Amino acid sequence: MASLFQQIKSGMLWDFHGGIHPPARKTQTSQKPLGRLSLPERLYIPLRQHIGVAGKLLVQPGDYVLKGQPLTAANNAMAVPVHAPTSGHVLAIDDHPSAHPSALPEPMIVMVPDGLEQWRERQPLDPEHISRQQILARIQDAGIAGMGGAGFPTHIKSSASQGVDYLIINAAECEPYITADDALMQTEAETIMQGIDILCDLLSPKAVLIGIEDDKPRAIAAMQAACGNRKDFYVRVVPAKYPSGGEKQLIQRLTSKEVPAGRRPLDIGIVMQNVGTAFAIAQAVLHDIPLISRIVTVVGETLSRPQNVLALVGTPVGFLLDSCGFVAEAKQRVIMGGPMMGFTLPSLQIPIVKTSNCIIAPTDAELPTTGPELDCIRCGACAEACPATLLPQQLLWFSKAKDHDKLKEHHLSDCIECGACAYVCPSEIPLVHYYRVAKAEIREQHRDELKAEQAKARFEARNERLEREKQQRMAKNQALAAQRQSMLAEQQKQQIADAASRVETTAETLSKEQIIAERERKKAEARAYQAAKAQNQVENPAETKVEPAPATEVNTDTATDPRQSAVAAAIARAKAKKAGISENAEADEVPASSATLDSDKAADPRSAAVAAAIARAKAKKAGISADAEAAKAAEVSASPIALDTEKATDPRAAAVAAAIARAKAKKAGISAEAEATKSEDAVAGAENTTPVDTEKAADPRAAAVAAAIARAKAKKAAEATSTITTADLTAETAVNTTIAADVPVAASPVADAADPRAAAVAAAIARAKAKKAAETQQEPSADAEINQITPETETKAVAAEPAVIEASTNVVAPTDAKKAAIAAAIARAKAKKAIESDQEKSE
Amino acid sequence: MSFRVAASPHHHARVQTSTLMLKVALATLPGIAAQLYFFGYAVLIQLALAVVTAWSAEALVLSLREKTIVNRLKDHSALVTAVLLAVAIPAYAPWWIIVLGTAFAIIIVKQLYGGLGNNLFNPAMAAYVLLLISFPQQMTAWTPPTALQAQEQSTFDPVCLVFTDFSCAGYSITQLKTDVDGRTMATPLDTLKTDLTNNKTVSESRQQPMFAEIGGFGWNWVNLGFLLGGLWLWQQGVIQWRIPVAVLVSLGICSSIGAMVDADQYASPLFHWFSGGTMLAAFFIATDPVSASTTAKGRLIYGALIGLLVYLIRTFGGFPDGYAFAVMLANVAVPLIDAYTKPRTYGHKAKGSE
Repeated sequence: MASLFQQIKSGMLWDFHGGIHPPARKTQTSQKPLGRLSLPERLYIPLRQHIGVAGKLLVQPGDYVLKGQPLTAANNAMAVPVHAPTSGHVLAIDDHPSAHPSALPEPMIVMVPDGLEQWRERQPLDPEHISRQQILARIQDAGIAGMGGAGFPTHIKSSASQGVDYLIINAAECEPYITADDALMQTEAETIMQGIDILCDLLSPKAVLIGIEDDKPRAIAAMQAACGNRKDFYVRVVPAKYPSGGEKQLIQRLTSKEVPAGRRPLDIGIVMQNVGTAFAIAQAVLHDIPLISRIVTVVGETLSRPQNVLALVGTPVGFLLDSCGFVAEAKQRVIMGGPMMGFTLPSLQIPIVKTSNCIIAPTDAELPTTGPELDCIRCGACAEACPATLLPQQLLWFSKAKDHDKLKEHHLSDCIECGACAYVCPSEIPLVHYYRVAKAEIREQHRDELKAEQAKARFEARNERLEREKQQRMAKNQALAAQRQSMLAEQQKQQIADAASRVETTAETLSKEQIIAERERKKAEARAYQAAKAQNQVENPAETKVEPAPATEVNTDTATDPRQSAVAAAIARAKAKKAGISENAEADEVPASSATLDSDKAADPRSAAVAAAIARAKAKKAGISADAEAAKAAEVSASPIALDTEKATDPRAAAVAAAIARAKAKKAGISAEAEATKSEDAVAGAENTTPVDTEKAADPRAAAVAAAIARAKAKKAAEATSTITTADLTAETAVNTTIAADVPVAASPVADAADPRAAAVAAAIARAKAKKAAETQQEPSADAEINQITPETETKAVAAEPAVIEASTNVVAPTDAKKAAIAAAIARAKAKKAIESDQEKSE
Repeated sequence: MSFRVAASPHHHARVQTSTLMLKVALATLPGIAAQLYFFGYAVLIQLALAVVTAWSAEALVLSLREKTIVNRLKDHSALVTAVLLAVAIPAYAPWWIIVLGTAFAIIIVKQLYGGLGNNLFNPAMAAYVLLLISFPQQMTAWTPPTALQAQEQSTFDPVCLVFTDFSCAGYSITQLKTDVDGRTMATPLDTLKTDLTNNKTVSESRQQPMFAEIGGFGWNWVNLGFLLGGLWLWQQGVIQWRIPVAVLVSLGICSSIGAMVDADQYASPLFHWFSGGTMLAAFFIATDPVSASTTAKGRLIYGALIGLLVYLIRTFGGFPDGYAFAVMLANVAVPLIDAYTKPRTYGHKAKGSE
């Protein structure tokens, strides 16, 4: 048996199911010469005349345009431009009834021709010497869209470079009355062939099949002659049967292939182009004439001179009809397109567009209006006529019942709306109209379903998130509880051991208050650790957990005798302070010197500490304001840090200075760069300095306070930066905060070891800060409006500062442990309040 | 000026339901003529009664349903139902039989199901079954062809019989059914069935004068008349060939098998084809589009099912003829047949390969 290709080559034809034979009525126009019209007074050029999107408007009212000048520009693959059909002025650009069944107004360029027909400069191309891309670009620029009716952009359909077996040229023109393609083939067969040649260059098909219905003998002869000796060009004459010009039907007729449902002909190696499209391609490439005119069949018994005319795109239908001797009858119908698939026009101002191939103005006797719709008697004539082998009566039944599932099951979407079923229906049921409505309903329903689905997905995601958060909270609480219990047990064990050792070794006894303070400290430490850990988990689950080992290690070492170490520390502190203050006074800046004065006066170490704290606070404040003005560039503020740290011989002063410097550096970094990467560096820098501080800090207590403040600053800085950064930098922010969180945790055990009370306070502050950091961190990741939040969070950070300082002063002042505990609690409460109020503000 | 807006297509084949229905009614004329010739003009009385009843009933229900009456009467569907029922029932059945039957067909079977196009059953056949079950005596009161009757029929006998149950001379139907030998005659199918139960062979039974022709004296011609009308309908494109061909082929195959198994017990295909209501059923009843299958393949199955059921009921059932039952049973099967014979839509794979 011969292969399909051989069968096709041998001229074999196939049949498609159904089809009808309505009276053709083509002879009224097919034998007449092509009519040429004068210029209409106005041209209405719709911005969009194809399937796709409109191009970008290039002209405005009042502009003078030349013939062929683009009026819109394609800024999208699915856009094709429209051109000025003649030279003249743009009168207006506004909405007019469209050449669409709905006749809904759409934007059109209204042009007044000047009659000069002045062309823009033209640049014909030689297809031999230009690339595919250039040809495709020219096809798009010429505004060519499928001229068979659908109006799909031709450059997209012609861009398949491989896998094309057959290029089918659709010249079937199966609808009654229409002879536009017939007339084109009779007059322009050579140019059409040139267009087909260009398409062959683009698509490289195995064969070209030109399908023409047998009622166009002249066109067939002309095309056969024009084919000449081109290889694998076949003119195929198909017996007239409506709708053999349908894409799917013609493919079946010429190749026996069926386009699978929901696929394109290209999927089975076929590209089909209308004969008018081929002509337009040749015109555009070889002569640089964009698609500005087309042949239109103007026909109907109300016309005295029915004929094919070459009409400019944008010509009002009324002008065409009048040119052909139109005498309207009562309740006249004017149909754009053929009698089977065309639509009636409510107004004669509607223009000819690129896809308009026919205007019919019939008398009522010629195409009688349908009578009243009768009941379906299920005669099945529609099923016999359907070219898609559907069951139209079943579809009607389901359409009326709005049974969309059944409609899908019966393949409503495969209906090509050819109208064969309605044509044969003895009950005169407008079947196609029912299907159009049903299709629209299904589309609508589908859209709604899609929306509902999205809403559901959103809802479910939210529920899932809430559930996840709940789970996380629960897990956290459980872990905390477990931690607390183990901590408590350990503490008890420790206390017992302590008590035993106390009883055994020394007569010295610890006061009750000290024990309480000790307990308080441990608890605080545990909480601080938890907070840091939780933050780490929330912010960066991948980050390894902070090593708790050093804290416990140091704890056990120092906890053997807190009192002794405290005393020793106090002595060391006092010494260091005295030494440091004097030296510091020389080295530091103006705000720092005021602190020095204060601390000089303070004879006893305690008051000195307080003074130092106040001084620090002042220094910081001053630093902030100074930085805000001065330190715009990071390098400038970076140098004082270096100076400070170098000069600080005294550990304590060094710590203070370092803290200030750090804060400054960070702030400077933030304000100067306001970028995540730079602030990251700053934070990293802060981290680097921290170990130096702690090493140098001879006075652990002061160091602790300093460290706490430094920590707070670091966090604040991290917060500020993270809020500044945009949402897509969240990952980076997470890294920042992790580093920020690492710093206090790493520092706190060392500080804690020296003075339990101070450590408790520090821990509390750290906790509060960590909390805040975590909160603020969540905000930017959840919300896109980060920029709006940023100033608020910055002020918040500043507002929280006094509380911190207050807390630190409170801590240092109390002589006995009890007072210290109370003070710590107050400080914590204050810190909390400050945070809360800030949260409210930010909310 | 205003332009008329309409949905496509704007072209129409101008074939109308009313034309189709009218053609169906006209196509029964040859069959009716044969009935008239062999059985007297009583059939015309039945026709008149049926048509008047059908129109009245239709108009009544349409007015109750607040539908346009004249338009829908003009579709001639009620006329067709009336004609088919009138030619199906015994010509000398009492007048109320046809009135009751037609009213039932129109009001209950057709309109209460939703009117034209919505009835599950063929109205004429449903009414026929109702009458046959409710009034078996009247519904089997087929007189033999007038030529075979013992009593000479007077001119007004059909009128008297239809309206009074007695001929003008005062004979009852039963008396009229008696032949010259004093035997009660029935339709050929009925007679054959009785004879076969009385242990006669088919050929013995067919010795009787009523079997003078292939399908029985008179009945042969009635069937030929309906065949002629049916062929005309097919030629006119009113009916498609599938259902009648399927009915006849199916009946032919079944009876051939029977005849091959035992020609003495089972009648030949030709007898089955040209006896009883075969041609009427095949061309006029089964082809009723409303209650028939709508797919091409489905129509073949539907027709074949009717042929099979007719044969089974005639041969093994309690009733001499069975097309009314066969058609109604096939009507019930239509939704199922339709569902399983959906044609392959363009671009879709065949059902099996999906």
